[in-house]
Amino acid sequence: MILSGADILVKTLIEQGCETVFGYPGGSILNVYDSLYAYQNEINHILTAHEQGAAHAADGYARTTGKVGVVISTSGPGATNLVTGIANAYLDSIPMVAICGNVSTTQIGTDSFQEIDITGITLPITKHNYFVGDVKDLADTVREAFRLAKSGRPGPVLIDVPKDVQMAKCEYEPLAPVEKDNVFAAKDVRIEEAEKLINASKRPYIYFGGGLITANAQEEMLALAEKIDAPIGCSLMGLSAIPTDHMRFLGMQGMHGHFASSMAMHKADLIISLGVRFNDRVTGNRQKFATGAKIIHIDVDGSELCKTVNATCGLRGDIKLTLKKLLPLINEDKKPEWMEKVNAFIQEEETYLDNREGLTPRKAILTLNKYLGENTAVCTDVGQHQMWSAQNLNFKTARRFVSSGGLGTMGFGFGAAIGAAFGTKERSVLVTGDGSFGMNLNELATAVRYNIPIVILLMNNGVLGMVRQWQTLFYNKHYSNTVLERKTDFTALAKAFGANGEAVTTPEELDAALKRAFKTEGPYVIDCKIDKDEFVLPMLPPGGSMDDIITKLEVEQ
Amino acid sequence: MNRYTVAVLVNNKFGVLNRVTSMFRRRQFNISALTVSETETSELSRITVVFDGEEDAKQQLINQLYKLPDVCSIKEFGDDNSISCELLLVKMKNEAETQEDIRRAAEAFGAIIVDYSRDYTMFRLADTTRRIDDFINLMRDFTILEICRTGSISLGKGSSTIRQVVNL
Repeated sequence: MILSGADILVKTLIEQGCETVFGYPGGSILNVYDSLYAYQNEINHILTAHEQGAAHAADGYARTTGKVGVVISTSGPGATNLVTGIANAYLDSIPMVAICGNVSTTQIGTDSFQEIDITGITLPITKHNYFVGDVKDLADTVREAFRLAKSGRPGPVLIDVPKDVQMAKCEYEPLAPVEKDNVFAAKDVRIEEAEKLINASKRPYIYFGGGLITANAQEEMLALAEKIDAPIGCSLMGLSAIPTDHMRFLGMQGMHGHFASSMAMHKADLIISLGVRFNDRVTGNRQKFATGAKIIHIDVDGSELCKTVNATCGLRGDIKLTLKKLLPLINEDKKPEWMEKVNAFIQEEETYLDNREGLTPRKAILTLNKYLGENTAVCTDVGQHQMWSAQNLNFKTARRFVSSGGLGTMGFGFGAAIGAAFGTKERSVLVTGDGSFGMNLNELATAVRYNIPIVILLMNNGVLGMVRQWQTLFYNKHYSNTVLERKTDFTALAKAFGANGEAVTTPEELDAALKRAFKTEGPYVIDCKIDKDEFVLPMLPPGGSMDDIITKLEVEQ
Repeated sequence: MNRYTVAVLVNNKFGVLNRVTSMFRRRQFNISALTVSETETSELSRITVVFDGEEDAKQQLINQLYKLPDVCSIKEFGDDNSISCELLLVKMKNEAETQEDIRRAAEAFGAIIVDYSRDYTMFRLADTTRRIDDFINLMRDFTILEICRTGSISLGKGSSTIRQVVNL
């Protein structure tokens, strides 16, 4: 059938299986919005308060569903407002397709109204991007973008569609949704090398990241851990892949990771790394990182294998298929001595736990845990509350922890929580801080408008806590621009947006507030007051190693 | 520090060179020469990159190049398995007392005169980067008006081609 470019775009999105897209209209994307109106029974568009919120919503949707998240914006400022959201998805390898309108091809390059070179701007933060100059290329470009976004190591792809291309007409033939590129196991010779290292290891440690979730290789990893008697830890991006209470799971490791997890990694003689990229927040000082360990590194992206840490054995390939080939070669072996050591680390960690009375951050998260269902997605912003969440949340289901890992985007959480609620078709939770929440709280309007159930646990300490923590430790307590001194009444603010909320100062009040929040239909803001001198512990000082770990801290008031 | 020569076969499309060089810039690869041209197939362009760095950095450069969807294949060249060549144009000032020396040097290097007037002589030399460096160094004894060189291009020896490289 002959359709306009705008219709073809929307029809191709529907054809690719998009049920919900997020975005914000404007002059150069008007035709696409006209088509969204025409096809509203087939595709659901969520209007956010700001394009950044829409990009994060597409991200949250993608993380919770494993599908490609889609965001739509107009040209110029609409497109530039997507940039942080696209970069966030890029750093965390999240499949996303961003569609921007642009001025007509005849006006491109003339600095016309709301014209911006968005393909140029997003070059370093997309897997690939397209400028569609001819309506005949449009449908196939969208399909190609979906294929790229979800294949191999996923990531964002941007499509820039000029207005005259949206208006031009051509033949459209619906096709089936594109498949991911075929995956393959690592080369046999590498698998044999890995097998020798694993069978010779006395103190193995399995370390996984977001790549394990993408590859859906939890079962194979757990089988390996069982066979070789290894403890398991993960990066921030790996959280929720396996249940938090799994016997072998020591939790997140790294700068603010669990003591036992970081310690086991530090003392291991072999680190089996699955879908990770050895970020500096994970390794600390790379020269002093796990000096006694050999490293096996399996990743679908070969460029990760020797990027930051040199793997003893790097295996490029799909984690699931590679582990499947590797498993039969591995000898079953119990390692009581190593397990004893690991248990000693766990016991030592317990002595560091924060068991103070009152509304401590840990207490707040533990209280939240009581209300989380199997399928509840918990999203976070960035800062101390994010680390307290990562350390203390109790995950039951994969893809139910949504947090900005690589880019560390304050303001990510609210959009993500909106996307997660649509992705899971359930109530989602946003754990945030007063700093992060302040960045994108305008999305309260979105949550109210669509009556999206989101429990917002706002850890309000009146300061930019994580930066302040560094100032306390490394900048002579010069609290430069981290004391907010705002007078925001978050309960009143919630009400002004048409939502509900309350402030709490004790664990009992928090418990009661959460009970109400989890029964509320729309968004519910809990203004949870915590002390400004709360710290995230343990902490590996930047550039330090496990020998420098800070586990306890007394700050004189 | 070693010198590496890497040829990259890319889709001959608008903006591809920008994608490749943008990757070099943001990962801070230090490129000493770069040439681009169409190939035997009009759909493909060939980029030749000469790069100074360590082995790890070179491997990372190749790994990152493979991630660009417009990159079709990559081949690394060493002195023993390839022929490399670079083109130089140089304008020398004509001075009575040095003119003869310049001509003799040019003859020794195989540089040919491509333009000549009362004031200047323009030479062209196609040779390895090393030989061109040597020739320029020699010319520095005289008065160089202007130099332009292309950067190195390379082809592997033997009948196999870059398009037969398996992308893994």
